[in-house]
Parts: sequence; C-alpha cells; structure tokens
Amino acid sequence: MQTVRVGRVNEFEDPGRKVVAVGETEIGVFCLDGEFYAWVNDCPHQGGPVCQGRFFTKVLEVLGADQSSHGRTYEEGTLHIVCPWHGFEYDVRTGKHPGAPDIALTPVTVQVQDGEVHILVD
Amino acid sequence: MDVRITPAQPMPIQEIDVRTDTRDILAHSRKHSEKAGYADWLIVDIDAHHTETVSWGEVVKFIDDPVLRDQADTYHRDRVGAPPYGLNGDLGLRYQDVGGRIPHQSGIRETVDDTSVHRDVTLSRRAMDSFQLDYMVLFPTPMLFLGMHPQPYMEVVLCNAYNRWLTEEILPGDPKLKAMVVIPFNTPEEACKTVERFGKCPGVIGFTVTSTRYKPVHSNEYMRLYRMIEETGKPLGFHAGYHWQDPSLATCNSFLGMHSLGFVWANMVHMTNWVLNGIPERFPGLKTVWIESGIAWVPFLMQRLDEQYLMRQSEAPLLKRMPSEYMNTNCFYTSQPLEKGNMKAVECTFDMIKAETQLLFATDWPHFDFDSPRVIYDMPFLDEMQKRRILGLNAAELFGLEVKPHQRG
Ligand code: FES
Repeated sequence: MQTVRVGRVNEFEDPGRKVVAVGETEIGVFCLDGEFYAWVNDCPHQGGPVCQGRFFTKVLEVLGADQSSHGRTYEEGTLHIVCPWHGFEYDVRTGKHPGAPDIALTPVTVQVQDGEVHILVD
Repeated sequence: MDVRITPAQPMPIQEIDVRTDTRDILAHSRKHSEKAGYADWLIVDIDAHHTETVSWGEVVKFIDDPVLRDQADTYHRDRVGAPPYGLNGDLGLRYQDVGGRIPHQSGIRETVDDTSVHRDVTLSRRAMDSFQLDYMVLFPTPMLFLGMHPQPYMEVVLCNAYNRWLTEEILPGDPKLKAMVVIPFNTPEEACKTVERFGKCPGVIGFTVTSTRYKPVHSNEYMRLYRMIEETGKPLGFHAGYHWQDPSLATCNSFLGMHSLGFVWANMVHMTNWVLNGIPERFPGLKTVWIESGIAWVPFLMQRLDEQYLMRQSEAPLLKRMPSEYMNTNCFYTSQPLEKGNMKAVECTFDMIKAETQLLFATDWPHFDFDSPRVIYDMPFLDEMQKRRILGLNAAELFGLEVKPHQRG
C-alpha cells in the first residue's frame, strides 16, 4: 500500500475534484462540503472514465398528496458524478447508483492531514 | 516508521466536455483494446454514425434537381438559425444527451487540424483508433427520419444527395470506412435507381432502409427492388429509429420510454411482415441486417410468431419453416445496444438467434448508448472463436471484407 499525495485541501474547489493517475490506476478525488471522497475512475458499466464526468444534482419527482405528479426538481445537497460515456450517475458521497445501489464505484481510502489530501493505493 | 509519500500524476483531462478529443474520451477503450490484444483480431463496427447535418450546407450542393439545389443553397446562405434545408425530423426534441450529462452525444466540437480529408473522416479515424476497428460502417443520423417525410420526392432527392456526398467526399478519405447507402424506400422505382447508381461505388457494402416509416415491406411494388439487391449480393439493412409522433409512442412522456420502444418497434413490425409474407422464400439469396434495435426483441418475436403461425398456417402459406428459422438464418443482427442485465437471458438470446453466425458487433458511436467491443469480449459464456466471429469475422463473411491471416484466430 502506498500513500500518494493528491494536493493541498485549499487547492480543491468545493464541490470539485482532482483526477489523478497512480501507475495504471486512475482515481478521482472529490471534495464536497469540506469532506473528501475517492473513487476508482472505472465505471462498473463498461469501464468508462466516470470521475471525468460532469456534476449534476440528484433529480426527484414531485408528487402531490394524491400521488399526482408535479414535475421534477433537484434534491439540493445530493451531488452526483455522471459517467460521460453513457450517463450512469453515482452519489459523490456513497459511490452508489441512485436507481440501483448494487451498482457502485470502487472506493479508495482518503486521508486529510495537515492540510494535505492523501490517498492509499495498492 | 517513515511513510514514503509519492505525488500523484494529475490526469490531463479533468472533465470531459464537448471539446474533448474523441481519443481522450475513449482512452479507456483503447487501453482495453491493447490489453485484449485486438491487434490480432478483426474488429468490424457495422453501425457507427456521423452527424451529416453538421455538413448539410455541403450535402445540398450534391442535390441533382437544379431548382432545389439553388433553393437549398440560398436557404443555407441567407437564413440564420434555420434547421437543415428540406429535412423533416424532431427539431428540438433531441434529448439524447440527458440534459448534457453525455457530452459526446451533445456535440463533437474537438479540434481537427488535418485538412487533407473531410473532418468526418478524421473523427471516424479517431474512434476507429480508440476501439481498434478494422472497418467502420458509417450511417447518417437526422436522416433516419426520412421515411416520415411528407414529400416522398424529398426523400429521393436528399438520399441521393447524401449518397453522392458520402461516396465522393467521405468514403474515399479512408478505405476502412464503409457504407450501406440509404435508399428512398417510399418511392420504389427511385429506390431501384439508387441501388443501380451507388451499388458499385467503392466502399458501398450494402443498402439501408431507414425503418421508421409506414410502408409495408411486403408490398408488391418492392419485388423488383429486392431482386436487384439480391443480385448485387450485398445485404439490405433496416436501420431502426424512433418516431415520437407515432400515436402509441406519443403516450410516452419521457425520451427514455419512447426511445426504448421506438428503436425496436419499427423493426418488429417490418420483421413480422418480412417473414410472414415469405420474403426469405421468394428471395433466398437476399440477406437482411436488423440494425440498432438491440437483440432482446428477437427471441420474443420468434416465440410469438412461431406460436401463432402453427394455429394460422393458412395465412402464411409461403413459409416452409417456422418463422424463427428464417429469423436466425437469412437475418443478421447488429449487437448494440446489447441488453445484458440478465446473463441467463443474454445467453438464451445468443443461442436463439445463432449469434455465432448471425450477430454482428456494432458501436453506434458517438451516440449515448454506444457499446465498446468489450461488451462482447467480456461475455462469460462465449469462447474466443465465438467472440472473434461476433466482433468481426461474421461481418467479414457477410460483407466480403478482407481478413488478414493473423486475424482468423
Ligand atoms: S461506462 Fe459509465 S455509464 Fe457506461
């Protein structure tokens, strides 16, 4: 296991990310509300560069008390990274697909120490 | 204990957008290709696309009719913000990119410096390079709606203009690019002329009917066309499309629902008419390719038609075999978008359609539901030769494409 330095905390936008390569492995390190998360840049669908996709806020459907539909809205505070190949979305915090939680990104351990963001990689 | 801390290498592309180079978007596919050793495989993509409307101002210069050609030229010169001259279609209902989530579907605006060939050639080469393709069959995109054009004459005019542009400007740019020229199917005598005119052009390996249309494929007016195509020895493809104005699809309120059904529906109807009317018995040498409908619909239709046929044989007296037997001998299928949620069902589908000989790999690049060769390569129940056949050797046999000795496996 090697410790790899990704950058200083203040070099990250929030929300933001840095996608890095460690040998053959590509990893996306995400900053969201001051917390850090890291995922392997390899989409479980067809191996696409998921961490190089765009951010979108989770979408919800608005239902009335009688179950009637009133269109869609965003669930503020829940951010998705969307794989640019075919659009699979993943919660930046949990790495899970919002519609199929069994489909999930592979996690990488992140450590923040003295203002430095590190990841632990095999 | 001392922990050695190494710095990470930032990736050159942090966020993929509409200006990202195709080779960067598909870098993971390239990596997979190298690992899998595709250099020794024949990989043929039977269905990839370019967006011909980006070059529509050029395409209309190839219109034969001098009056329409002038009108089109003036239109493109003088109008601002107008859609492509003469084309019907879905105008702004282009939700394929899921609101910008899939940038390569939104637009391909990467830099192309090479002016020795058309931009579409360079873009196709970049995709071929990334997927390690030996051949790519190129189809148009918005023109897939032409079968619904209110003016059948415009279907004739625009098909022929596109075919001329394609065979004169695009295909000569790279021998790896091939085409199944689009035929103006709503006007059968003109469709015959298109076959005659373009059938022998270099790079033309077949003919395409854009499936979204309401003409029955068994109509007597098509018999001469089918005979002509049969005699060329080149396959006839039915390229699926959607049509949101179709009354039943108009009940779908999402692109997701409409597209899921639409891209299968037209081919299901045409296949039903094709088989039950005994077209494969009447033209046994005519091979058909059913393009971009995935393959999950085929076992459903096979079972449905077989079941009903046995009860009502007198309504399909030309058939000498079960409907399903025509569907897995005379008919070929492109693989994309390969439904693979249930591996047992996928295996059964491959078995029922005789994938080993009838299935042809396709990417559908650059569309949102494209497949990379990995979808076939990773299939757990296929042996290497079956994968090689589906990824390229079946197509080589069907279309007469060159296979180098080391690619035979
Ligand atoms: S590879 Fe990520 S969505 Fe398909």
